Amino acid sequence: MKTKISLINTLFLSSLAMLMSCGQSGDSGSSGALGSSIAEKVYVAPGERDEQYAFLSGGYSGNLTVYGLPSGRLFKEIPVFSQFPTSGYGYSEETKPMLNTSFGFIPWDDLHHPDISQTNGELDGRWVFANGNNTPRIARISLTTFETEEIIEVPNSAGNHSSSFITENTEYVVAGTRFSVPVPQKDMPIKDYKSNFKGALTFIAVDQQHGHMDIKFQLMMPGFNYDLSHPGRGKSHGWFFFSTYNTEEANTLLEVNASQNDKDFIAAVNWKKIEQYVNNGGGTKMAAKYAHNVYDESTHTATSTIKEEVLTVNPADVPGAIYFLPTPKSPHGCDVDPNGDYIIGAGKLSANITVHSFDKMLAAIKGQKFDGDAYGIPILNYDDVLAGSVQSGGLGPLHTEFDGRGNAYTTFFISSEVVKWKLGTWEVVDRKPTYYSVGHLMIPGGNSRKPHGKYLVAMNKITKDRYLPTGPEMEHSAQIYDISGEKMELLYDFPTHGEPHYAAGCNAELLVNNSKKIYRLDENKHPYGITRPSEARVERKGKEVHIYMATIRSHFTPDNIEGVKVGDKVYFHITNHEQDFDVPHGFSMIGQGTSEILIMPGQTKTSLWEPKRVGVWPFYCTDFCSALHQEMQGYVRVSPANSNIELSWSLDDE
Amino acid sequence: MKNAGILMILGSAMLVGLFFFPMWNIRLGAPQYPEPLGIDIHVNGLRGESEFDIQNIDGLNHYIGMKTLPKPEDMWEFSVFPKVVAAMALIGIVIGILGMFQKISPIWFIVWFVLMSILGALGIYDFNLWLVSYGSDLDPNAILKLVNPDGTPMQYNPPLIGHKKLLNFDAFSYPRTGGILMGVGMLLTLVAYFLGRKSQVTTK
Repeated sequence: MKTKISLINTLFLSSLAMLMSCGQSGDSGSSGALGSSIAEKVYVAPGERDEQYAFLSGGYSGNLTVYGLPSGRLFKEIPVFSQFPTSGYGYSEETKPMLNTSFGFIPWDDLHHPDISQTNGELDGRWVFANGNNTPRIARISLTTFETEEIIEVPNSAGNHSSSFITENTEYVVAGTRFSVPVPQKDMPIKDYKSNFKGALTFIAVDQQHGHMDIKFQLMMPGFNYDLSHPGRGKSHGWFFFSTYNTEEANTLLEVNASQNDKDFIAAVNWKKIEQYVNNGGGTKMAAKYAHNVYDESTHTATSTIKEEVLTVNPADVPGAIYFLPTPKSPHGCDVDPNGDYIIGAGKLSANITVHSFDKMLAAIKGQKFDGDAYGIPILNYDDVLAGSVQSGGLGPLHTEFDGRGNAYTTFFISSEVVKWKLGTWEVVDRKPTYYSVGHLMIPGGNSRKPHGKYLVAMNKITKDRYLPTGPEMEHSAQIYDISGEKMELLYDFPTHGEPHYAAGCNAELLVNNSKKIYRLDENKHPYGITRPSEARVERKGKEVHIYMATIRSHFTPDNIEGVKVGDKVYFHITNHEQDFDVPHGFSMIGQGTSEILIMPGQTKTSLWEPKRVGVWPFYCTDFCSALHQEMQGYVRVSPANSNIELSWSLDDE
Repeated sequence: MKNAGILMILGSAMLVGLFFFPMWNIRLGAPQYPEPLGIDIHVNGLRGESEFDIQNIDGLNHYIGMKTLPKPEDMWEFSVFPKVVAAMALIGIVIGILGMFQKISPIWFIVWFVLMSILGALGIYDFNLWLVSYGSDLDPNAILKLVNPDGTPMQYNPPLIGHKKLLNFDAFSYPRTGGILMGVGMLLTLVAYFLGRKSQVTTK
């Protein structure tokens, strides 16, 4: 075994060295002219806009970042699973419920795999879904407000990794567990993992009008690790494919013990069949606590509901719905080509890429040609379902996307490169190094029936010397390649925030005209919102003080408040009365144990302050809103707890 | 004379366009307003070119102490102008019909045209007065008090027509569909007069 790997390594290293030297001699021969034409390809002149949006996962930042292609410019960081002091997400009273879970308030998660909603297998630009890996959650982000609108927790799951991929009409967003766990959770010896733990694959139905998510069923699979997944499309619509590793069911030193089987599986799940079974009353209801958090754009407020029950399906109860496709070397990526013909398994410890044929899979199922079963789930013969194998010459394939012209592009982590190959002939057409150790790649629409195969973004795990050094910790690096020609061309290199895992992208025109500019004040239904400055007031309810405040350039109404006492809970409910694009106001209060809040035009947000000391304390606008921004400030007089000063408020002594 | 009458009817009827389209438009663009703010001046009031433009212009104007833009009830013009326009359109059409049937001389066409021109000139004069007073009658406690190089207070009235730089804003003032229709209509009545006179001469 060892000799084999080292042989592969030697072969590979020598071939890479040759390629590298070829590339270098080519570059140096015409670097001047070539350099300038490459610069033009990524240069977006001042005032001009990018061709495409790219939504890169922020990994352990918990958030989603929005970039432009081909410029690589960062437009926005959308807070999803992490508190975000920049806007007050997760700090404001309205958004705290978004981060509620069955474990209580969790201020962080590990955001992995964004996926844009689809209709008929094509990107439709309604929403982006993203998964929280650590405390299993799925989020839905609006592509009109570019804000997180909904988060649903996934019970019975742990390490929500083979998520959040959608079916081709966004019928379901699918979330598979990476770690199998006891279901239901219980106190038991870890070493009894094997055959006792379960791997839940969760199908979350998406309401087509509002996008609201609801767990339709959880498939209780054997206790493997479910790594990544993708939907069938076109002819394979109705199926979902999950890569697995640790079919050994090891519970310790997985790096060795989960790498023993020569082949793990790709699980093919006929979800339409299971859906039908469930619709006919199938499945078992089980108690399970999970949070469902929904943000309402009209009240500007999120509510969190704890759900108590989930419908589970035992694979044995739906025969013919699930099959295992043997796939070499702990496959990571599990990708489906635009036509839905091929399922590509990237065995991450392998040199080669395994391609399964959907047609052959159906034929093998029809012929009942099985190679045994795993926990009652039939295993198909590797050779019966194999369409081909890409003799890549690289090592450590991870993830594949497509350009819609019959080509596939696979990242190789270990050999740090992107390899272009042809669907059907499996021949390698081109390879380009990445800097360094690429994880995933993204072609806008590359995970749909209709890829926009012009640019490819490679997201790397290792940065090292790519940028000016910033100490031991630095941002990750990404590279943009032009893939419109036969050979890939490296265009640009830019740092990315957090750790991008997957990404999703689309043409700019799909989103630009739907992007909101303001929230309408006349549609603001926030219970503490005010639509006219004359409604500004301060009310006391016991120890709670509610300040109904308005902002417009450049003052707060009211800006002088007296009668607040030490020990009060003071809620600043601030409505931004601007109805002009890009005029937010901010708010912060001295000594406040929370972040500022940034309030968009027409929006209401609430900031909590618990004054601890007597005095006169200032607050101010944190967003440079106008030439008089520095004047946008106010004072709250805080009196002793036993004071009998009445509440009063004013603006300009009125 | 028949064609002249039809032209007269058509020309005066085009005044009705003022009830459907803005007469004039003032647009304010600045580096930070790549999509300019715009005021559409209708015969019966001011409207924002985009929904919140009036509110946003008022918001900006408060820095220099300008009054808020007038609501229809704040200016007599917005109730009188529609009546004048309707009356003139009606009179013009009646004159045109009478002319068509040769009941009256084409002289009436030119009478209508001259009267309309005087009313129009008065309207423009009044509009200019308003612009000047609006741009110069400023709150003494204004946040920004700017003076010209000669020490006189800066005025902010937009141009009657054309372009003018107002601090960071470029103001553009031009007729819009309603106003253009009115102008074309008036020209038509003038053509009607000459056409009518010519046919009178030839028939005599």
